[in-house]
Amino acid sequence: MTEASERPNRPALSLHVPEPPARPGDEIDFSHIEIPAAGSVRRPDSAVPASDTHELVYSLIRVLDDEGKAVGPWDPKLDPDTLRRILRDMMMVRTFDDRMYRAQRQGKTSFYMKSTGEEAVAVAGAHALDREDMCFPTYRQQGLLVARDYPLVQMMCQIYSNRGDPLKGRQLPIMYASNSHGFFTISGNLATQFPQAVGWAMASAISGDSRIASAYIGDGSTAEGDFHAACTFAGVYRAPVILNVVNNQWAISTFSGIAGGDLTTFAARAVGYGIAGLRVDGNDALAVYAATRWAADRARANLGPTLIEFFTYRVEGHSTSDDPSVYRPQNAGAGWPLGDPVARLRQHLVSLGEWDDERHLAQLDSLDAEVRAAQKEAEKMGTLQSDPYLDIASMFEGVFEELPWHLKEQQAQALAEAEAKRK
Amino acid sequence: MSVMNMIQALNSAHHVMMERDPACVVLGEDIGYFGGVFRVTEHLQKKFGKERAFDSPISENGIVAIAVGMAAYGLRPIAEIQFADYIYPGFDQIVSEAAKMRYRSAGEWHLPMVIRSPYGGGIFGGQTHSQSPEALFTHIAGIKTVIPSNPYDAKGLLIAAIEDNDPVIFFEPKRIYNGPFDGYYERPVTPWAKHPAAEVPDGHYTVPLGKAAIVREGEAITILAYGTMVHVALATAAAEGVDAEVIDLRTLVPVDIETIEASVKKTGRCLILHEATRTSGFGAELSALVQERCFYNLEAPVARVTGWDTPYPHSMEWAYFPGPVRLGLALKKALED
Repeated sequence: MTEASERPNRPALSLHVPEPPARPGDEIDFSHIEIPAAGSVRRPDSAVPASDTHELVYSLIRVLDDEGKAVGPWDPKLDPDTLRRILRDMMMVRTFDDRMYRAQRQGKTSFYMKSTGEEAVAVAGAHALDREDMCFPTYRQQGLLVARDYPLVQMMCQIYSNRGDPLKGRQLPIMYASNSHGFFTISGNLATQFPQAVGWAMASAISGDSRIASAYIGDGSTAEGDFHAACTFAGVYRAPVILNVVNNQWAISTFSGIAGGDLTTFAARAVGYGIAGLRVDGNDALAVYAATRWAADRARANLGPTLIEFFTYRVEGHSTSDDPSVYRPQNAGAGWPLGDPVARLRQHLVSLGEWDDERHLAQLDSLDAEVRAAQKEAEKMGTLQSDPYLDIASMFEGVFEELPWHLKEQQAQALAEAEAKRK
Repeated sequence: MSVMNMIQALNSAHHVMMERDPACVVLGEDIGYFGGVFRVTEHLQKKFGKERAFDSPISENGIVAIAVGMAAYGLRPIAEIQFADYIYPGFDQIVSEAAKMRYRSAGEWHLPMVIRSPYGGGIFGGQTHSQSPEALFTHIAGIKTVIPSNPYDAKGLLIAAIEDNDPVIFFEPKRIYNGPFDGYYERPVTPWAKHPAAEVPDGHYTVPLGKAAIVREGEAITILAYGTMVHVALATAAAEGVDAEVIDLRTLVPVDIETIEASVKKTGRCLILHEATRTSGFGAELSALVQERCFYNLEAPVARVTGWDTPYPHSMEWAYFPGPVRLGLALKKALED
């Protein structure tokens, strides 16, 4: 390094490191967030050129107004049964999350991740897709499984890594996988699923299929190269895929500004790739549904991908291993100006005369009973603490289709070791 | 039967499999209209259409990820990484995704996919067109690593790799694409045409994965080699008058331990030859296996002849390349020990 005295007479450079607007002890302040009125964003036809969507990436598609009325061109005009089903599924996710969070605190499993405040993204999205479409989720889209009626008991067995674990004790809790439910195996290596979804969608197109893929990624992991690869390939080959960025504004302790979220919107990434882009209120189940359906229609018409940013807020910690009060103000989520997705849809249904407090409370009770019953059933097959999945021979299966010699040898050694421990 | 060089044999494998199985698709940089920088994918696009053989963006990360997604869908993608030296941006998708998919999803998904890539030196490619990164992949649970050494094996192994239901890394020793280079770089190049392994069936056949070939029987010492080094081993043994048993591993994972073990127990000596850097190279694994299984039959320490632990230097290629002189000296020592 050159000595300061030898440097030319120019101002010294300094590095900009973004900071979130509030830290612990500060007053939480969301006043800088621009929120257009519900119903104010235009809705282009889903067949328009991608560039006709590009002004939308700086706005925010919203359907539900402050009174719970569905307004504007993006109103998907869902029938009350569908609305009630979406509400029910979101409430189920929340009930399930609370129950499993508690189970982790009781030591029945090692890890859990809630999706509090983000339930609409997965649940309303799932209902806007076809049942046969393939989702490539992150760890916070358990709502997809709930919306597609995946058995709660199996989810719990996976979380407990118990004898009933469909993934045979191999995966961290909540890293579900179910081909028949269109729920791709979750990876702990973030963003990898994003270009894989594009490859799946390209394969669907090559095969003359009509199914599409829906991929999810967090705001933080859009910084990975995988995100760039996904957008590039999706755009180039017009892959029938929906690229969902779930911007919950926090990547563990790191705010979205460190992923470039202060510089522009995540939806605006679509502009550079020349693909359609939408920016959506992620806490508005109707807006989530409408945008997903718009993108699905576009993909099914062979018009290519849509990048959707769902603007939401991670109300709770990243996981059971995280304490957000050490890096952001307490109860930061409570002040989130776009509200709570469950409360907003409930308000909407009430305003339509299709729901009331009594039914709501009764549903809470019945969901709680359903989750408790499932938990009881799951715990009959053990928990990580009491009776985990322990079939040592199976540890070596599934590395390859057939067991090669070296794994057979190691399997025999592991079994002998287990035998020695028993003695 | 036709006489083919390795490029033609590999190209034939693609044509045969794309004809037989509509699930086979090929992607990679420059592989479409142009047919690949080494011509391995020539005429595929013309014959099978753009949807089944297409150029990819310059994104090895993307190429591997897209192949993973396609295989998850149910296709059998064959992805080309233009040079093995460029594979690293795709490493996470190979290591964390492709290799683990069957296991982590408990069989909900498996990935019948092949990643082909020309590798190795001897072509004055400098640091970024000469590397031999096979050991990085043999270390990963869940992928197979295959390296052919002649046209017949190249086609048969590639077809077997495509038909395999697990991901396969298929490294092609590019120095022997056009002829069986034996390390005598100052001599004129021999074409494949004169080699018996250049007689290649035109149709479908396989060379099974996990099976080595004894390419020269001998009594004095076992030489374990693969790729270009098979030819270096044969030529050097002949030049030195050593009655070596030369084993072409063909598949590194799963390695054919039976053939290795039987040979070393017979000869009592073992030398491992590879072009890759020495430290933590695949030779280290082979050496350990031989030591574990044949210790009481060994009359000398297991020897390793490899590339040096340096980047691949451009102008000093022949000082780097483990050729006949380095191997000859090591053979003498191994036989005297």
